[in-house]
Amino acid sequence: MASQSIAVGLVFHALADPTRRAVVQRLGKGEATVSELAEPFDMALPSFLKHLSVLEKSHLIASQKRGRVRTCALQRDSLMAAERWFTEQRAVWQNRYDNLDGLLAKLSGE
Amino acid sequence: MTADLRFEFLVTNEGRALTIHREFAAGRQLVWDCHTKAELLDQWFAPKPLTTKTKHMDFRPGGFWHFAMLTPDGETYWSRYDYQTITPIDGYTTLDGFTDESGAINPDMPRAKLDVAFVDQKERTLVTTVVHYASADDLQKVIAMGMKEGMTSTMERLDELLERLG
Repeated sequence: MASQSIAVGLVFHALADPTRRAVVQRLGKGEATVSELAEPFDMALPSFLKHLSVLEKSHLIASQKRGRVRTCALQRDSLMAAERWFTEQRAVWQNRYDNLDGLLAKLSGE
Repeated sequence: MTADLRFEFLVTNEGRALTIHREFAAGRQLVWDCHTKAELLDQWFAPKPLTTKTKHMDFRPGGFWHFAMLTPDGETYWSRYDYQTITPIDGYTTLDGFTDESGAINPDMPRAKLDVAFVDQKERTLVTTVVHYASADDLQKVIAMGMKEGMTSTMERLDELLERLG
């Protein structure tokens, strides 16, 4: 299954940046060309392309060239893998600490 | 859990760390004891329905905690924490590791460093745990091992996820 090779750690790294998060959010609504993606940002194109490159390396997005236009799409499996792992880890810590609340209440009452 | 006890779970340091903040309705000494004494750790550390069983505990720099988490159907997951620095009752640092029953570390898995800090918050105690991975790739290895087949998540919580990562 593809999820085994999805780079979730790299996904978190990719999502650590506000520009890249905004690109992911935009692509959540559907495919877009590089120029459409770059348009809202006051940023030189080479800098913006570096952000896209980080997103591609994390497999969060994939791009395809059609003629002279490059189009990007969100890779939902990568994002879902990251979300699932994050949710599971959060649940582990929440559950563990709920246990500790109970133990502390018991010990404080003694 | 009391509804207003602070709990935050964040991905930090550009995807190389997890930071967990949690408040407890008890004094710092008691919360510290619960983190550092085997007979108390055994009563809370494993998330339900798992239980914790300590095999060895030596809480001092250079010492380690070797324990198992047991599932209700009898599966056993061994780990150990190697203590590096200890400053009672302010904090400690430790290296985690996946092991077998003998305590031998699985060399194929990256080890994370945990930095656990205890701070007074009036009558409460705030515990901050930072789990540091050497790289995003290391975090990736840990995630890949724990990853189960069959993705069931949806995209519905995308905004919530991105907000937490910010």
